[in-house]
Amino acid sequence: MNKSYLYLFVRFVALVAAQVLLIDHINLGGYINPPLYILFILLLPFETPGWFLLLSSFFLGFSIDIFSNSVGLHAASCVFMAYMRPTIIRAVGAPAVYEGYLSPGIPDMGTRWFVIYSLFLILLHQLAFSILESFHFAEAGLIFIRMILSSIFTLILIVLIEYLFMTKRK
Amino acid sequence: MRHILAFIWKHNFFFLFLVLEILSIVLLVNRSYYQRAVITNMTDGFTGRINSTYSSITGYFYLKQENERLAAENSMLWQSLRQGQLTTDTLTTHLVDTLNRQTYRYTVAKVISNSTSNRNNYIMLNKGKRHGIQHDMAVISPQGIVGTVVSISDNFSWVMSVLNKHSKVSARINRLNQMGTVLWQGNNPGRGSLTDIPVHVKVLKGDTIYTSGFSHIFPEGIMVGTVESIKVKEGDHFYDIDFRWAADLNSLTHVYIVKNLFREEQVELSKEIIDE
Repeated sequence: MNKSYLYLFVRFVALVAAQVLLIDHINLGGYINPPLYILFILLLPFETPGWFLLLSSFFLGFSIDIFSNSVGLHAASCVFMAYMRPTIIRAVGAPAVYEGYLSPGIPDMGTRWFVIYSLFLILLHQLAFSILESFHFAEAGLIFIRMILSSIFTLILIVLIEYLFMTKRK
Repeated sequence: MRHILAFIWKHNFFFLFLVLEILSIVLLVNRSYYQRAVITNMTDGFTGRINSTYSSITGYFYLKQENERLAAENSMLWQSLRQGQLTTDTLTTHLVDTLNRQTYRYTVAKVISNSTSNRNNYIMLNKGKRHGIQHDMAVISPQGIVGTVVSISDNFSWVMSVLNKHSKVSARINRLNQMGTVLWQGNNPGRGSLTDIPVHVKVLKGDTIYTSGFSHIFPEGIMVGTVESIKVKEGDHFYDIDFRWAADLNSLTHVYIVKNLFREEQVELSKEIIDE
């Protein structure tokens, strides 16, 4: 278990670095900035304790925040997403028996399951994010378009990354 | 009491969520100068170092554009030199200029972090308190306006880009001398919008917009942009003007931080009026 926490820490640092040094510098027409780092929350193992899920998500969001001078914005959306994760897992269908160290990624759960599960959580994250970022009824249409575009793009990116770093299970 | 504790313990997931979510939203909404300064001082040493290393690597890719920009600016400055002008009046020479006093001080700074894709964009610069940077200083590039300094640590500062919900700059259309307010609607980082221009004046496509200098932050006559499209909503007394930013906000490398040396005096004076 200690080894897996170390592994999680490495993933945390790698995703934050990828987000602030790479993704944030790619210009996609100015409309969207896909939050790749939430892959960390998506991939936490099933039996992660609730407090760890929430606290690690808070610190994940906070780390991104201090790089973009938006303290609280990413943290709030991440904590909301982490809070909804158990509900979404139950709704999409949790595995019957947790055999050891199962993680909700493609290798353990299959592509179809992962896409549905991620789509819901990404949408929830983007919903919280867009509302907190610019709360204006006048901008509702723009917020909605941005939310949908950004979610689709993030989903594609996350599935690609999953395939790229997939290690075969025995 | 024991029951309450047992209840909280039983639902600890929900309560921890509530605590963290409220904490985040309070941090987000309550952005006083003091709180901002505390957070900035704690985190900027770390993020600043990472951002400077990053920009020192990527800086090489923009050297060509940056050189062209500097050459263009140099030629402009040469033109304004005394040697570049023909002296027509041989009787008067100014040896010591006692008539003009310096109003603005310019500090060059390097952009070490920038974004254009969020609703509220901020830019990080490699100059801070130690270099005499203060709140509400203007930031301009050789092409046009960029933003306003909003928080500072010892060695770094954050600039609120004009691509921000909270950014408001007083500007005027040069040809007409009409004053308006420059905002950003959040849909296209290449375009800003100018409001408060009354419909009785005739605005044309291609008109240039300059800063008015009325806000005590930006010097007068800094380029803001050129008018792209002009619309009027029925029954409205003001135009909806879209314009193209003069500065390419997505490829900034070096900018000037402008200190208005008379700002304190001007703010003090306007306070007197408000108090009365």
